[in-house]
Amino acid sequence: MTVTDHSRATADAAHTHGLGTPTPDASRADRPTSFEVDAFTVPTGREEEWRFSPTKALAPVFVDAAADGHLEWDVPELPAGVTLTEVSTADARERSVRAPGDRAAAVAAARAGGAMALTIAPNTVVDEPIQITLTGTGADVRGHLLVEAGASSEATVIIERRGTATYSEFVSVDLAENSGLNLVLLQLWDEDAVHAGEVVARLGRDSRLRGSVVTLGGKAVRLNTSAAFAGEGASVDLFGLYFADSGQHQEHQLFVDHAVPRCTSRVTYKGALAGKTARTVWIGDVLIRKEAEETDTYELNRNLVLTDGARADSVPNLEIETGEIAGAGHASATGRFDDEQMFYLRSRGISEDEARKLVVRGFFADLIQEIGVPTVEESLMKAIDLELEHVNEELAEEQA
Amino acid sequence: MSTLEIKNLHASVETPEGTKQILKGVDLTINSGETHAIMGPNGSGKSTLAYSLAGHPKYEITEGSVTLDGEDVLAMSVDERAKAGMFLAMQYPVEVPGVSVSNFLRTAKTAIDGEAPKLRTWVKDVKKSMDDLRMDSSFAERNVNEGFSGGEKKRHEILQMELLAPKIAVLDETDSGLDVDALRIVSEGVNRVKDNTGLGIMLITHYTRILKYIQPDFVHVFVNGQIAEQGGRELADRLEAEGYDRFLASA
Repeated sequence: MTVTDHSRATADAAHTHGLGTPTPDASRADRPTSFEVDAFTVPTGREEEWRFSPTKALAPVFVDAAADGHLEWDVPELPAGVTLTEVSTADARERSVRAPGDRAAAVAAARAGGAMALTIAPNTVVDEPIQITLTGTGADVRGHLLVEAGASSEATVIIERRGTATYSEFVSVDLAENSGLNLVLLQLWDEDAVHAGEVVARLGRDSRLRGSVVTLGGKAVRLNTSAAFAGEGASVDLFGLYFADSGQHQEHQLFVDHAVPRCTSRVTYKGALAGKTARTVWIGDVLIRKEAEETDTYELNRNLVLTDGARADSVPNLEIETGEIAGAGHASATGRFDDEQMFYLRSRGISEDEARKLVVRGFFADLIQEIGVPTVEESLMKAIDLELEHVNEELAEEQA
Repeated sequence: MSTLEIKNLHASVETPEGTKQILKGVDLTINSGETHAIMGPNGSGKSTLAYSLAGHPKYEITEGSVTLDGEDVLAMSVDERAKAGMFLAMQYPVEVPGVSVSNFLRTAKTAIDGEAPKLRTWVKDVKKSMDDLRMDSSFAERNVNEGFSGGEKKRHEILQMELLAPKIAVLDETDSGLDVDALRIVSEGVNRVKDNTGLGIMLITHYTRILKYIQPDFVHVFVNGQIAEQGGRELADRLEAEGYDRFLASA
């Protein structure tokens, strides 16, 4: 009999600290950003930031050409103080918090034919979540989106992606002084969608961003999220939930840039994997610059591997350039739901399918509660149950 | 009235050195209300017997039969055995991260009964059982076996036995690694469940100490994959005085 101790489970990938980072750049902050597509070569998979990525599946999003498709936007009646407007490419560049950091995002910004800007006027407080659904109809699509939270505004914005598309996007999130934004990005694509996105957030003084990312669908989804502090006293909470089946690659890269003093960041990502070729990647970079005294940061990634063959990579990086910090830490663990756990639950009458459900629901429960939007939380639990049914069917087929 | 009937049970396990026969013809019948102590030296196959009855995939049954009230236990899956009324209190209960004790207990109870327990009585039953086992109510919110001490794990096993109300329970070295206080609490729990439900018990143990608290009706000495000798309480006393040497020499 073996006793499974998950507290001792570790990620099989590199786990690096500051100076040991394999990045060719001296610092994560040295990576180039530009609106010029040519500033970035077409990724081959050998580059540090693309080394885990399925560059072949992502190839269409690197092509510097306009795409003819679009996503269908389903926008509710917007509350007073909130507007959704079309913005020219030039204006969109101007209003983005910074330039794109990779080729896919640069192509998206250059070739989207302008941006959509969701703007929350200063001092606007919206109680009800604003839910926008984008549905792909199978075409190639480029997208540039601006989310702008005015000073002292408060809102929850949910952007849900469905259907299928080959989609590249650049999303700029601008939080003005003392604003609070709860931004939820749901990747509920059909199984053949390809999605490469860069989300860049800038946090003004005393602002609060709660950013949740949920990736369940798609063949290849790669989201690169950055949050940069531009004013003191701001805080960011980044939550992520992903569930990969066979044939899915789900990648989440994060970068939190502590450039000013007294800011707080929390990164919490959890993923489940089931199926022989399920693949997830999590890379979490945190930089605490010399000026960023009294920074408080913690990032965590946990993965639950439900079946043989699935692979989860988890790479936390912490660069610290000042000793005057309140706290900095990270944790990464990849655990297996193993045969002994399964036997234990089944010996109590719980069927194999139910056992898996119990464990996966338990694994995600606290994270889902953090999203802070009850309707999303409920539908997510249902979506996870559906994923599990799919997994159970797949496993039953394998056993047959 | 239930009967677990084990006949000529043979089981083997795959090891790096090849297939190893561990159970070599076990015959044993346990009726409701009876407590059978299975005593034997380390490595004699006691735990293999326990896991074979529960259906652990590691052990292959090569010969013999096991029936519960005439139903073929060996043909049942692991969870079907539990639903049929079998229970195994494990020597090394497994940690299940992310699953709270309360959620686990309710899910198991629902699976065994085929319907969710009535909320009000269930909450009361769980609380009473936990109180009786001196388990703090905060226990219910902890993850299954995660960070539990040895004594807590064993109390948690008995808690499950009480709530799931099996017909036949196999207690695999439930006494190992417990101090006297924990041993007494666990033993009282076992006696209480037996008094309340009249279940049959297979009490696997290496030490005679637990038999001060739980009265066996039958004592079986287990050596080299078989029952070498059977008797009553007095056999346990003799084992305590003489140890297992007599049996090991002949084996």
